[in-house]
Amino acid sequence: MDWFYKFPHMNDDALRSLKKAIDEGFRAFTRSYGDTIEFLFSPLQHFLIAADRFMTQTPWPIIILLIAAIAWAATRNLRIVGGCFVTLLLIGYFDMWDDTMRTIAMIFVCTVLSIAIGIPIGILMSRSNRVQRVINPILDVMQTMPSFVYLIPVVMLLGIGKVPGLIAVVIYAIPPMIRLTDLGIRLVDRDVLEAADAFGASGKQKLFKVQLPLALPTIMAGINQTIMMALAMVVIASMIGVQGLGQPVLKAIANQYFTLGMFNGLAIVGIAIIFDRVSQAYGKRLQKHREIVHG
Amino acid sequence: MAEHAFGGIKIRELYKIFGPNAAAHIESVKNGLTKTELNEKHGHVLGLRDINIEIPSGRIQVIMGLSGSGKSTLIRHINRLIDPTSGEVLVDGVDVVKMSETDLREFRRQQTAMVFQKFALLPHRNVLDNTVFGLEVQGLPQSVRADTAMRWLEQVGLKGFEQKYPNQLSGGMQQRVGLARALANDAPVLLMDEAYSALDPLIRSDMQTILLDLQKEIKKTIVFITHDLDEALRLGDQIAILRDGEVIQQGTSQDIVLRPADDYVANFVKDVNRGRVVHVEAVMQPLAGHAAPSGPTIAAGTTIEEAVRLLVSGPEKDVTVVDPTGKPLGVVTLRQLAGAIVSAHGTTSPSAAAPAMAG
Ligand SMILES: Nc1ncnc2c1ncn2[C@@H]1O[C@H](COP(=O)(O)OP(=O)(O)OP(=O)(O)O)[C@@H](O)[C@H]1O
Ligand SMILES: [Mg+2]
Repeated sequence: MDWFYKFPHMNDDALRSLKKAIDEGFRAFTRSYGDTIEFLFSPLQHFLIAADRFMTQTPWPIIILLIAAIAWAATRNLRIVGGCFVTLLLIGYFDMWDDTMRTIAMIFVCTVLSIAIGIPIGILMSRSNRVQRVINPILDVMQTMPSFVYLIPVVMLLGIGKVPGLIAVVIYAIPPMIRLTDLGIRLVDRDVLEAADAFGASGKQKLFKVQLPLALPTIMAGINQTIMMALAMVVIASMIGVQGLGQPVLKAIANQYFTLGMFNGLAIVGIAIIFDRVSQAYGKRLQKHREIVHG
Repeated sequence: MAEHAFGGIKIRELYKIFGPNAAAHIESVKNGLTKTELNEKHGHVLGLRDINIEIPSGRIQVIMGLSGSGKSTLIRHINRLIDPTSGEVLVDGVDVVKMSETDLREFRRQQTAMVFQKFALLPHRNVLDNTVFGLEVQGLPQSVRADTAMRWLEQVGLKGFEQKYPNQLSGGMQQRVGLARALANDAPVLLMDEAYSALDPLIRSDMQTILLDLQKEIKKTIVFITHDLDEALRLGDQIAILRDGEVIQQGTSQDIVLRPADDYVANFVKDVNRGRVVHVEAVMQPLAGHAAPSGPTIAAGTTIEEAVRLLVSGPEKDVTVVDPTGKPLGVVTLRQLAGAIVSAHGTTSPSAAAPAMAG
């Protein structure tokens, strides 16, 4: 009755050699292609370094003004602009300016990358149910797989540093971008699409003149979620060498520095709120035409 | 637009079966399988059966029928938003069914324009940008588009609203945008699928007037779908009545009202205000010989109601009906005219039906 109480698992030796074979296979792959892959990702590295340099080396008053100006352009809301202003001043006053700037640079690059990859995939997905059926489970894996797990192969391939961190964050943060692009396009009114067809619009014209503009509010919601998830991933990414607010948090965990952890955590919350409010208000402004309903 | 005279629309032996395996059932349908049998035995829906309609250039063809009778399906075959299972749709002599993807796109851009029941405007574009949509798709330069669009917006009475968004407008105004968008294309064929059904009666009547006034200048070939008989009679040069995907009667308003093909059509026309539809020829006493008209005359094609109005204000006398060349066709008396109004199947008095035709 032993098998009844104890799950009859695979033979220990067989299991060990299976794991070993996979590990070795991957290691061999890394040895022979690691450099090539690293080379492929070097444009990303340059992009990251440029963003990082811009954020940390530009004098702080200019950065604050710049962020306030962007917030104003996107929201036209003085309260949100004021909120950004105060949050940034507080962050600077508590000596977290440089780390915050590095994190913002990282998030910026992640978001740009997620948009650049996510929207085309979302569009492909919306066009074919088969593609949707293939991609959906992949997205599920990306979202539910504990992020530490896919840090391992990324680190094995690319080592420790900014780019592997970036990749880990993008993998974690891109699913809502893809899903909401797909959803937004699928939700476009069939009547409007039929009208576009009736006027002889080509596939491309339909996409750019009808589907994407009408899906834009949903896509904006996707961008918002992607930013939030990227921020949540920043602490974990700092384990593999991403600089920014995550590192002091890690240090605080290791040494039980309660206040250090708290301050940096709050700084993350602060910029999360800035990003969230600004992108949401912008999304709302985009759909102004939907609000004024004829009475 | 077209250098040569537009050749009109001819629909020949058009069949449409909805379902995954439509082609397999077309033969049995042609051999008389009914809509119900097709649905019960094979799970396919018969959309259209053996439709034959000829629409001369510059005319308004109305298609009528109850909900689900296949009106939308039929009109969507003209610009092939729906592919037929078998049959021909000739627009200006070219079979739409055989067109390649690119030809079809070009055909839709140049030859047809469509107005939709639910307007189908682009909510993220203002009125002007909605109106230019067809021209934009054609790839015309910006300045041409804006000029053309502004001209049509003015024609439909929307000057000053160019910058509004669709949901800032009432239904009637939105549909005028839809109409302007279609007219801006300057295509010879205008397809209107229950374009006015979502509008309330007064606005609807306004829109009918706009269309009829415009049609005097633009002379498009218009296919107009409605399930409102008054609308059909007012707009249609020709009317086709559909039931369960089949045409059960086609003809002019006179044919439909005076000689309904069966009970279904008779039921449709029983409430109509005949005084406003039926022409004097239908009630006159035809002239045997070729006597010259003596006394007052009235043109053929005048409605009974109009004739009564003329007669009561004139002398108490027989009136001669004459054709456009002045040739006398028959005589008619006030008594005959009045009789024709009340004998309208004895169902409705003219005054009760009158509000539907107001304006
Ligand atoms: N894509 C489709 N698949 C299956 N059946 C369809 C499809 N489209 C239409 N039908 C069927 O074809 C018939 C005709 O539909 P259609 O929409 O042409 O009617 P209609 O006369 O326009 O009605 P309404 O006045 O309600 O607009 C209906 O029985 C409908 O159920
Ligand atoms: Mg319909």
